[in-house]
Amino acid sequence: MDIELRGITKRFGSLVANDSINLEIKAGEVLGLLGENGAGKSTLMNTLSGLYRPDEGEILIDGKPVYFQDAKDAIRAGIGMVHQHFMLVPVFTVAENVVLGVEPTGALDHLDLSKARKQVRAISAAHGLDVEPDAYIEQIPVGLQQRVEIIKVLFRAAEVIIFDEPTAVLTPQEVEDFFGIVRSLKAAGKALVFITHKLHEVLEVADRINVLRAGKVVGQADPKTATESALAEMMVGREVQFRVAKAPAKPGRALLEVHDLSALDERDEIAVDGASFTVHEGEVVGVAGVQGNGQTELVEALTGLRSMLRGTVSFLGQDITKASARARHTLGISHIPEDRQRDGMVSEFDLAENMVLDSYYQEPFSRGIAMNWAAVRKASVKNVIEFDVRTPSIYALADHLSGGNQQKLIAARELNREVKLLIASQPTRGIDVGSIEYIHKRIIEARDAGVGILVVSTELDEILSLSDRILVMFSGRIVAEYAADKVTLGEIGLSMAGVPTMGALG
Amino acid sequence: MSEYIKQETVTEQETKLARPSAAGFDVEQLVIVPVLSVVVAMLLGGVVMLLTGVDFTRIGQAYTALFLGAFGSISAISETLTAAAPVTLAALGVALGFRAGLFNIGAEGQMIVGGLASVYVGFAVTGLPIFIHLPLALLTGAVAGALWGALPGWLKAATGAHEVITTIMLNLVAMQLTTYLLRTPLMQRPGRTDAISQNVLPTAQLPKLLDWIDPTLRLNAGILVALAMVGILYWLLFRTTVGFEFRAAGLNPSAARYAGMRSSLITVVVMALAGALAGLAGANQILGVLGRATIGFTAGAGFNGIAVALLGRSHPVGVLLAGILFGALEAGGRQMQVAAGVRIDLISIIQALIIIFVAAPLLMRAAFPWAFRKNLKARG
Repeated sequence: MDIELRGITKRFGSLVANDSINLEIKAGEVLGLLGENGAGKSTLMNTLSGLYRPDEGEILIDGKPVYFQDAKDAIRAGIGMVHQHFMLVPVFTVAENVVLGVEPTGALDHLDLSKARKQVRAISAAHGLDVEPDAYIEQIPVGLQQRVEIIKVLFRAAEVIIFDEPTAVLTPQEVEDFFGIVRSLKAAGKALVFITHKLHEVLEVADRINVLRAGKVVGQADPKTATESALAEMMVGREVQFRVAKAPAKPGRALLEVHDLSALDERDEIAVDGASFTVHEGEVVGVAGVQGNGQTELVEALTGLRSMLRGTVSFLGQDITKASARARHTLGISHIPEDRQRDGMVSEFDLAENMVLDSYYQEPFSRGIAMNWAAVRKASVKNVIEFDVRTPSIYALADHLSGGNQQKLIAARELNREVKLLIASQPTRGIDVGSIEYIHKRIIEARDAGVGILVVSTELDEILSLSDRILVMFSGRIVAEYAADKVTLGEIGLSMAGVPTMGALG
Repeated sequence: MSEYIKQETVTEQETKLARPSAAGFDVEQLVIVPVLSVVVAMLLGGVVMLLTGVDFTRIGQAYTALFLGAFGSISAISETLTAAAPVTLAALGVALGFRAGLFNIGAEGQMIVGGLASVYVGFAVTGLPIFIHLPLALLTGAVAGALWGALPGWLKAATGAHEVITTIMLNLVAMQLTTYLLRTPLMQRPGRTDAISQNVLPTAQLPKLLDWIDPTLRLNAGILVALAMVGILYWLLFRTTVGFEFRAAGLNPSAARYAGMRSSLITVVVMALAGALAGLAGANQILGVLGRATIGFTAGAGFNGIAVALLGRSHPVGVLLAGILFGALEAGGRQMQVAAGVRIDLISIIQALIIIFVAAPLLMRAAFPWAFRKNLKARG
């Protein structure tokens, strides 16, 4: 099945989200759709999947124009979408989720789950999805949950499958498996759209690349010949530095000294197991590791959000093992949290309020219990300009910002204060290339100003680009330490998988 | 000195960024939905009257009487505001809870306990001048309500017990406590066998505000207490660090934790303050209107407070407007019953309908699509 979009325009008030876009999607092909957050990728795909109706333009399936009243029409026409945020019922099984809404029924309208199970198995086997129909969603990893979404779409006989940022939540290994699935679907003659802002992924898996910027298609590229920097330039509209330029670090005094730290996770199992390390002034220490190897708990323990089982933490020689999050903040420890939506901001607060979310209690933002909103306004305006947060007003709700701008807001808040140590967890997860470049630059600037930085990231590129020293976490333990200029990606990759290497610690 | 004189250069971009945005003020949610809800509820109230055999002329009479009884004369306005004061105070307490993410169903119980405490101080403490006795009685009411509210707050913070359950239960306890205490020698009026308290001394009564026009006008200083509390709550929520913490904890508890706020302390403090406001509502009813306590002296103002807080969108000013509306419905409803013979129960039906519509904005959107902007969600 081939699909053609002709002159699609979609407006929201005065905002033109899609501006006469032409696009072709062909059977047996992977179309990579690249663009920064807010470039109009999701709007376009929501139009294609029937959630929005275009203001202008038409959609043609195999040359014939079609009109979708709602998402059901699009599904009937064979268009399926795998959303970035899965739409699964956690307490249902795989098979139950797959048939939800289109349940196969037997005599007297009873639910025929055995038929559903059979179909799930068949689809699963055909594309190497390897999903057990009776497993409960809440008990299977994210990578498998995504496959359930794929099965759901295939179960509804989709010929065109749209993937919206499919790799954002996956581990590197899961990403590889996912690409395998994509290739299998392609071989089966499906037409695939792969929406992403990760350049190397689109180069690896796409057959054709279209780049969107500010609602328009600004270019096409052939993955066989295109380079990452050329694509990034097309996407952002200017040249992009992938590796932040930095001078060698000049580490100063020991800032954060962690000794034999252990901590439990929510299920009371050991998540961090005897971690010891030091962060000095003026250096970036990167913590690499596959998601779920204790990094989250380590950061929470260091920032006072999780109690420690064992061990000590000191800051500039002062014991802070039992200090509260507030006390650590007051000492000059800043924290960019892993999940910005959940922890880093209040989405229904405006930018100004979010700008002082954790420092509202300090002068000049307040005196006694009285807030000084004039001072908040002043600092917010300054930070918004300085960190290039794209917003019409500091009184816009944080919810209305794109992910990249939200992250810049948090980075501005955590860096533009009396900061001595920055603990940054996944500082650029899910944000666009331009914002990544910017945040990396600011982190290095802070380092050069003498701030000690601990960066925790599952993105190896990020770790390599920022760090002066690299620690690798595996299964709750710090298994290796490297000097960043003397290590290869391969070595770190092996350590992350728990294989002993040159840098391994006894 | 030179720094003081130095002009700060403000760029155009800075001015633009600091310009107030409409994002915080959602006209649809804050104005259109509540107003439409009131209108539709009144229309449906008319349908109810039709169905129960009231003809069009009398429906017209009923609504005319409702309006005149609420705003048609000085006496009507006096009654409206008298009825608005306790329900506004109780609603402020509920609204404060909502802002901090707590569903305080316990305003009724907190109001009862506050009223009982203030009636006791009002008759048992003697020999004080009014400028000490009255504030003391009010304060006792607030403190008693605060303790009654802090209890479920503490239970939640310490044990995780849900405040909806515990406050409902404490409402029942407070109600039975009234029945019990009003029959003990501690409270009961000498020579009476029914549940009624002794009379509040004149030195503890909220002064009448309009008796210089007509001694029968019941409006008392309770409305001033309510107005003051509207101002204080606004200041607390939007101008202080404490209010910042309350609102942050209410909208996103895990971000509040990340920001170093202590959520259990916030829970207890918010519930205590909410209880204090409801306690003041009870004291207002006792010291301003009734002068004594009987069973059911709150007239359900604590429960209506939940509705008023919802209608007022948990904003102090919104709560004041909604409180006046509910006061008007009550005062006008009495007039409606007398003049048109339509039972005052209709008012409860209208009040309930208003809340259903406010709680279901999508219903209003579906019924009156022309009153709303077209796109439900303008982001892709």
